[in-house]
This record gives sequence, C-alpha cells and structure tokens, in this order.
Amino acid sequence: MTGVVQQSKSSITLKGSAEIVCDYLNFGINSILFQRGLYPPENFQSVENYGLTILMSTDNKIKEFLSSTLSQLKEWLIQRSVTKVALIITNVKTLEVMERWDFRVEYEGNPDEAGGQVSEKPLKTIKNEIRDVLKQIASSVAYLPLLDCLCSFDIQIYTKSNVDLPSQWSEAEMAHVKNAQTVKMRSFSTNIHKVDTVVTYKNED
Amino acid sequence: MSQFKFVTEMKNLVTMDGPLTKGPPPRWQRKGQENYQSTSNLSINTSKKSTSMTKTPTKLNGSDSLRTKKTPSKTPSKNKSGSSTTPTPNKTLKTPVADRFIPNRSTSNFDLAHYKLNQEEDTSNSPTQKELQKVMCENLYGGDIDSQKILSYRVKPPSAPAGFQNPMRVIYTQTKTPASVKGNNRYIPHAPDRILDAPDIVDDYYLNLMDWSSGNVLAVALGAHVYLWNAGTGNIEDLLELQGNDYVCSLSWIQEGDHLAVGTTNGTVELWDCSKMKRLRVMDGHSARVGSLSWNSYILSSGCRSGQIIHHDVRQRDHLITTLSGHTQEVCGLKWSPDGRYLASGGNDNVLNIWQGVTGGHHTNTEPLHVFTTHQAAVKALAWCPWQPHVLASGGGTADRHIRFWNCNIGSCVNAVDTRSQVCALLWSSNYKELISGHGFANNELIIWKYPAMTKVAELTGHTARVLHLAMSPDGSTVLSAGADETLRLWKCFVKDVSKSKGAGVQLREKPSVLKQCIR
Repeated sequence: MTGVVQQSKSSITLKGSAEIVCDYLNFGINSILFQRGLYPPENFQSVENYGLTILMSTDNKIKEFLSSTLSQLKEWLIQRSVTKVALIITNVKTLEVMERWDFRVEYEGNPDEAGGQVSEKPLKTIKNEIRDVLKQIASSVAYLPLLDCLCSFDIQIYTKSNVDLPSQWSEAEMAHVKNAQTVKMRSFSTNIHKVDTVVTYKNED
Repeated sequence: MSQFKFVTEMKNLVTMDGPLTKGPPPRWQRKGQENYQSTSNLSINTSKKSTSMTKTPTKLNGSDSLRTKKTPSKTPSKNKSGSSTTPTPNKTLKTPVADRFIPNRSTSNFDLAHYKLNQEEDTSNSPTQKELQKVMCENLYGGDIDSQKILSYRVKPPSAPAGFQNPMRVIYTQTKTPASVKGNNRYIPHAPDRILDAPDIVDDYYLNLMDWSSGNVLAVALGAHVYLWNAGTGNIEDLLELQGNDYVCSLSWIQEGDHLAVGTTNGTVELWDCSKMKRLRVMDGHSARVGSLSWNSYILSSGCRSGQIIHHDVRQRDHLITTLSGHTQEVCGLKWSPDGRYLASGGNDNVLNIWQGVTGGHHTNTEPLHVFTTHQAAVKALAWCPWQPHVLASGGGTADRHIRFWNCNIGSCVNAVDTRSQVCALLWSSNYKELISGHGFANNELIIWKYPAMTKVAELTGHTARVLHLAMSPDGSTVLSAGADETLRLWKCFVKDVSKSKGAGVQLREKPSVLKQCIR
C-alpha cells in the first residue's frame, strides 16, 4: 500500500463498442430463437451472461451463420455504415413473414475524435442495460402470438448505399409483416452505439 | 348593483336548460326562508341587509327590471327584446319553407365541372406530394429508401426439423378450465390422504407399473424391484428383483386371487404367486419389452414394444394362443372390458384398437373389430366403464390431450374433451358416476370429471411431476397416483356417503400403521 493508487480508467473504444453490440445481438437472437420456439429446446444450452441464464443454440449451422453474420456486422459497425439489423422469422412453407425483430443502431459522439473514439461509460452500466433488454425479450413470449408452423429465420443488415457487397452476401428484399403490431423494447447505449430493439409481429384476430 | 342583477337576470332567462330560478320558489324553500326569518328577526332585523333578505324572491328585483316581472312562459319574446344577438333559427326564417333542393341550373358551370372531373391528376410534379412521400418513406422504413442497402448472408440457417412442433404450443393453449368446476354436494379432500415414497420409479409414459389387487395388495414396480404393499396392514414385501440392467415394465393382478403377472424388459412375462412369494412360470414370446398386461380369466394378454399383443393361456404348457399385430409401435395401453367381451389396446402409433373376444373362449380374434385413429398421440390411458361395459374412455398423450369416449358396440366416438394436458392415466369410479384422469404438464394434476356431462368436479394438485399411473382400491374409495416425482399419493376422493348407503359394511381397508410411511 505504498505510493498513490493509480486510478485505472476503463474506457471503451469504437472496436470494443462494436463488439459489445455484436455480443448483445448474439445473445439476443439466440434467446429469441429459443423463446419463440423456432427450434427444438433440446438443441439449446444455457449460458450465464449479463447476470442472466441465456439459452444458446448448439446447432452448428446456426452457430456458424450467426458468427459469420455478426463478424461482418462488426466491421460495418466500426465503419458506422449500419443503420439497422433485422431478424426475420418466416414461415417455411408459405414464406410469409411472421415476425421481425429490428435492432436499430444509432451513432453517438464525435467520430473524428483524436486518438479514436472512446466512451467513458462503465461497462457494468452497459451490461445492466443490456440485461434489461434481454429480460424484456424473454418476457415477450407473454404477448407475442404463437408461431404454430415450421419457421426459419434470417438476418438482414440495413447499411448505407456506399457499402461494398462482400462475397457470400447478397441484397435482400425488405420484409414486411402483414397486419403488423409493433412493440418497442428498452434500448441501451455504449455512448458510441445506441441500439433500439423493436419487435413487429402479425396481429391475429 | 342593479346592473349586475340585471345581467344575471338576463343570463338566467337566456339559459333555457339551467336550473329554474324564476317563478315562485318551491314550498320547501319558502319554508326554510320563513324559519330563517323568524330566527334572524330578533338580532338583525334593523339592518338593511336583513330587510332585503326578508323580501320574497319574486319581489327581490322589484323595480330593477320591468322585464323580469314576466313569467318564464314568456321567455321567447323576452329573447327578442333583451338579446338580439342570439337569434333563434325560427326567427331568421326568411326563405320559403320547403323540403326540396332545387338546383339552379343556369348558375352551374357544367363544362368546367366535366373538365375537372375528367382531368388526369398530375400529382407527381407537386412538391408537397414529394415531400409527403419522403416523410412517409422515412416513417415507414426509418430512412430514405434509396440511400440504403439491405444485405443478408447467403448461407441461410437451417429450419427446424420436419415435423417439429413449437413447444410453446402447450403454454399458449393452457387455460385453467375448459369446463367450469361445478359445485357438487360431496366433500372431496384436495390434499392427499397419504404420501408414500417411490424411489427409482421409471419415468416412462409407456409403462404400467402399478396395480391394486382385489385382495387389497398394491404392487408397485420401482426399477428392477416389485414391492407389495398391503394396504390393510401396511406391510411391505419385496417380491422380486430383476438381474442386470433389466427393469420391470408392467404389472397386472389377476381379477380374483394372488397371482401377479410381471412384464420385463427382456420380453418375458413372469407369473408370481404372491401368497407364497413364489414364481410360478416364465412365459416368453415377445422380442422386446412388455409394457402392458391385462387379464381375462385364465388368459393373460401382453403388449410389447414391437407392437404385438400375445394372448397367453396361463394354464397350458403351450401358453401362446394368438398373436395380434394391429400396432406398428409400442403397445402402451391394454385393457379387457369387465365383461370380457372386448379388449382395447392403445399404441404409440396413435391407434386405438378394439378386439372382440371369441365366443366360447377368453381370447380375441386376430383382426380388430374397430380401429380408431382419432387420437393425435400415443394412447396409454384406457378405462372401461363399470356400469356400461361397452363404453371405453381413452386418453391421448401430449400432442392430443383429449379424453375420448367410445361405444364399442357400434364403434363410434361418443364424446371428446380437450383436457389441455397429457392424459397419462384414467380410472372410472365405481361409487359415483365419475371418472378421474391423471395429467402431465403443466399442472401435474388429477381431475375428477362428472360423466357423461364431463364437467370438472375437482382438480387435485400436489404432484410436482407428471402423474404416471393411477390405481383404485378394491372398495373404490381411494385412488393412488404414482408421479414422476417419485411419490405415491393416496386420494380419498370417492368415499361412499355412509348415510346414503346405510350399513354398507365395514370398510375394507383398515388404518395402516403410521410408522410404515415409506414403501421401501
């Protein structure tokens, strides 16, 4: 206990912020896949994160799809070219869009800051914010209608028009939900990226 | 002062729908005022204020306004003179009174109207329209549609395996009561009479691990062991233990006597004499585990995982009489009707077969009499009605959840009830016109139904895992339920009303010793 205790200031870089967003999306999307019953529950494994138990898919193809999509997304997040990430749930047989989860990304702070953009927001606060959103996602089962058909999902990334199309990627049609009802969840922010979560579902009556 | 009075006066007159302030006050008001007068006279009679107070309301305005002297009935005329600013429609009627609209053709410009109507709407040039489109676009898509790309990864994730059903379905359709719990005039305890431990009970929907004999002995299979619990004395005996990895799959008592049939995993059916604790014989014939057994006199029918049903004649050396192959998957429900005319078998192939007994024998024909395919899941719960021997109740598994009633004489479904939960076991009450069903997720409860109305009489909850098997005591008063939570619960839900059945005799079951709480 000699000398001055140096106060280590934890700060989040642009890259770190993009990673936080991607982590959130990974857990959020897996949680949605489980909660909405898209895949058999035995293909999920519980993982502790954000102080919650989240069920992550153990299906290799789903894992691969998510990791390649999210790693590409991370690059675009750093370039500030993503405006929205949409998780589309479609009926396999009729190809009808049953549900859409929008993750809108907004950019905060000055991108031209010297020495790279840095956020001083404590990681704990961010994680708590993310936890609150994930809790809301988990509880959305209470009001979302039952997906009583075989469903698959897809991820669409809305980018600015100047983005080059990487290999293995293609342009997609915007997915619309018929007779839609929208519920907005909480949002969280890293002070660099702000993510809004919105679910749009088919209103049955 | 007087002006204000006038103004308020006028207001009062103009407002037609307000409270009536003009005219002579009602009697109760006058009475009150008189009282006030008499009491106040003593002290403040001399003051000017009081003098004005003593005046009757009609005289209150006095000479302030001549118009106010008019009675309310004349208010319309007053309106005219007092406030010309609020003319009533009646007064402004100057046009001739008519109920038809006659257009003036000379003043209408038909050419222009025609041109306007036929003109192509050229909105694309309008700047306001463009602005509107842009705003709409931003509202709908959250940005300019032209300046954004929607990208997606080409390798799509797989969809769920075919035939997969959303597991949330059960939650979404889970409601408290499909039929209302109707009040009945008999007391049903909602807590179990006793709870016994049943360690290592195999949590398998397709097995039948419990039977209660006519001699009041309960046989329970726990893993490789078969235990006998004498419900009268509370004695517990370990009847047998299978060797190796084998376990007991089914148990069935003969209708009268001490003989117990035991089906095992290796496809044999063992016959035990429980009074001597001795094995009498082992009958083979099946290639896989024997999950269901049912007696009809000296015929023992056994259902196998292969889908075959064999009738064994337990008296003969050559025991195998008939093999029935009406199922393609495991036979998990097997019950002879009480009169021995029909055998009902339910399988994992969702089929319920009714086999007719041969005349002069106790086995059945090799072709099913009726094949019912209405159930959408495995049919395990089967129970024959004690007072209508041709009526069968059957319950389906998780995907089906229905209890169906069949008239086997004519081969039709009489009734069906969605129970909103897996039906694991069914029993008819012999004391009441009711039946009891054991259920799985979500409530793991027992439900007592009124027959034939199928209204819920009671819901007995307590099990923390699904109710696997049900057995009824020989006197019909007590139902024993075996749950996957490794407990056996005794419910005294069909106790006969002593006052109604006067002197029905001593109850068969004596109170067992409290020390023997555990079946081990």
